[in-house]
Amino acid sequence: MAKKPRIKVREQAPEERIKNFNEVPFGYNEAEAVEEALRCLQCKNPVCIKGCPVNINIKEFIRQIGAKDFKGAIKTIKNDNSLPAVCGRVCPQEEQCELQCVMLKTGQVINIGGLERFAADWEAQNTVFEAEPVKPVLAGDGSRIKVAIAGSGPAGLTAAGELAKMGYLPVVFEALHVTGGVLVYGIPEFRLPKKIVEREVEYLKSIGAEVKTDILVGKSYTVEDLFEMGYKAIFIGVGAGTPTFLGIPGENLIGVYSANEFLTRINLLKAYKFPEYDTPVNTGRRVAVIGAGNVAMDAARIARRMKGVDEVTIVYRRSEAEMPARKEEIHRAHEEGIIFSLLTAPVEILGDENGRVKGMKCIKMELGEPDESGRRCPVAVEGSEFVIEADTVIPALGTKANKLMTEDVKGLKLSGRGYIEINPATGETSIPGVYAGGDIATGSATVIAAMGAGKIAAKAIDKYIKGSLNLEF
Amino acid sequence: MYKITLKKELTKDIKLFGVEAPHITHNAKAGNFIVVMPDEKGERIPLTIYDWDREKGIVYMVFQEVGLSTVKLGRLNEGGSIYSISGPFGRHFHVENYGTAAVIGGGVGVPAVFPIARALKQAGNKVNSIIGFRQKDMIILGEEMKSASDSLVTATNDGSYGVKGFVTDALKQMIESGDRPDIVVAVGPVIMMKAVSDLTKNYGIKTIVSLNALMMDATGMCGGCRVNIGGTTKFSCVDGPDFDGHLVDFDGLMSRLTSFKEHETEAMHKCRLDTEEKNG
Repeated sequence: MAKKPRIKVREQAPEERIKNFNEVPFGYNEAEAVEEALRCLQCKNPVCIKGCPVNINIKEFIRQIGAKDFKGAIKTIKNDNSLPAVCGRVCPQEEQCELQCVMLKTGQVINIGGLERFAADWEAQNTVFEAEPVKPVLAGDGSRIKVAIAGSGPAGLTAAGELAKMGYLPVVFEALHVTGGVLVYGIPEFRLPKKIVEREVEYLKSIGAEVKTDILVGKSYTVEDLFEMGYKAIFIGVGAGTPTFLGIPGENLIGVYSANEFLTRINLLKAYKFPEYDTPVNTGRRVAVIGAGNVAMDAARIARRMKGVDEVTIVYRRSEAEMPARKEEIHRAHEEGIIFSLLTAPVEILGDENGRVKGMKCIKMELGEPDESGRRCPVAVEGSEFVIEADTVIPALGTKANKLMTEDVKGLKLSGRGYIEINPATGETSIPGVYAGGDIATGSATVIAAMGAGKIAAKAIDKYIKGSLNLEF
Repeated sequence: MYKITLKKELTKDIKLFGVEAPHITHNAKAGNFIVVMPDEKGERIPLTIYDWDREKGIVYMVFQEVGLSTVKLGRLNEGGSIYSISGPFGRHFHVENYGTAAVIGGGVGVPAVFPIARALKQAGNKVNSIIGFRQKDMIILGEEMKSASDSLVTATNDGSYGVKGFVTDALKQMIESGDRPDIVVAVGPVIMMKAVSDLTKNYGIKTIVSLNALMMDATGMCGGCRVNIGGTTKFSCVDGPDFDGHLVDFDGLMSRLTSFKEHETEAMHKCRLDTEEKNG
């Protein structure tokens, strides 16, 4: 046992996939999934579960796949995770469940993410959603008690799913015209097909959640308005989302897009299908992406797929070892022919006489002493300036707290950096009945961390409502 | 989907829509804007709120057909519906009694400035308005502006109606004739707002302009609408759209507004082909 290597996931070849936006890995078929599941040692003490922010019973669902009980497997996953098809694809399993796997030392950890994705995709192809009847939590007038959820990203959708399963009527408010938050505007189609997000949202609706698009909590309806409208509690999961720029000359030139703008134009508004869709994007022939996190990899890999683009460069001031993106994403970017200009820092974005980007002046860096984060600090090499020719420059430097929703809420305590202060064990904010979680509380983090926060808050909301209404169950 | 309850042609290419959208009217204030999408493949178009009826939940907007998206919007009919409408976005106009206010609207800036004029008048200001158009047949909302103001001057570039010249000519005359405003509010083409701001700077009169930067989400998420205000980068959607006209980098704004010119031509071309197919 355990000698068998990890079953490889089949995927699109790099030279093919750079010509389309289809998903890169194909996923396991039944035979492959069973074979991979049977490699699991079924540990007495399944440490993998502790590595999962929503504590999916990993051991059990893998056992079920091994026994070809696929329906059982998806049911086990859905007990703890309302968005398995999403998590199976975008979770950094190598830092979570798979990092705990006892087979790590053999170098052949179980592909937990691949198996989760398999179970979710199997369900989509083989069964219709079966919503189990729940006992509704009713108000005095016989209607289900309503909870408002601001934001339809992973935190909000998870909170909605959990509350629906408890018998509440969660109503999700989304400012954009489609549901899913970062899952639709941020993560590209080739990593997370939008159909999958749609399917997960349909599932939430089937178990009793409502979704209202085009509504911005804080502006369309304030927190006070929502309480007046009969919502008994509010969960804020609006994401972090305001882009950081470098503060170097030339940043407002035409052809400089924040990663958020570039991703939104393409993922949400389908600019890669222009003119079938009306939203344009200018990429030109050469694209430079600044930064080396997951969003930078996404932006670079999208750019690589755009018509007319033949050169995409990642510009990063440290070395490969310090790159914050997932190894898998960096590997795929390499495979797709993206150039890595490491130990390189931008100094100025250069424009032509029409105000359009024509290049970027950079300086070479070398690594000095480690800083407080333990990463070696890059130091500029004097006189090493050079120019990278580019038609588009995309700063992908992370996000800051978006104050749009939070600044007008009376009594809502924020941290110095503008994030909502919460009790991490419950998601409670400084306002009774108002809860928060995800990036707007923690700063940029992962999909699964936001989902964990949504789950915690849902439990606390349940307790709060039942306590404050003196309901007995 | 949101029902179009009213469609009115103000001129050949300027239309007024009333749309059922109680989530907009609930908290709408003068100076807020909305984002509309004619259909699910459309662009997200930012439009200033012209008027609203809170009781009926109807929001009114005015737009000029200048490109594919607004042409598509203009093709929708009363009784039909708009795919998406979200808001109200942006900081609303800060209304107080300044004393005398000069409210200036140019072209399709007039519907944007109308609710501000009305709110300023209600707050006790003496409101002297100036509206400007290229020529007589392009004049819109003259009566409405008159009702929202204590005095109204209409200027046309060619002199075919009202006084001949630009709004700045009329403003200069107003200032020099002794009716010096305590605040100037100007909404219109960037070039007009720039000219107004340049003029009032000489006289030291506080001037607020409303910027029409390119936008997508309008929630501060993309930064596409960034504009240089007094040396720092601001986002029109969440920090604006109103800014101190004396601090705005109008040239930078004008340059960014040309970002997608070629695409606009291509999209319009396709749009015309579609129409021809339909008609043919």
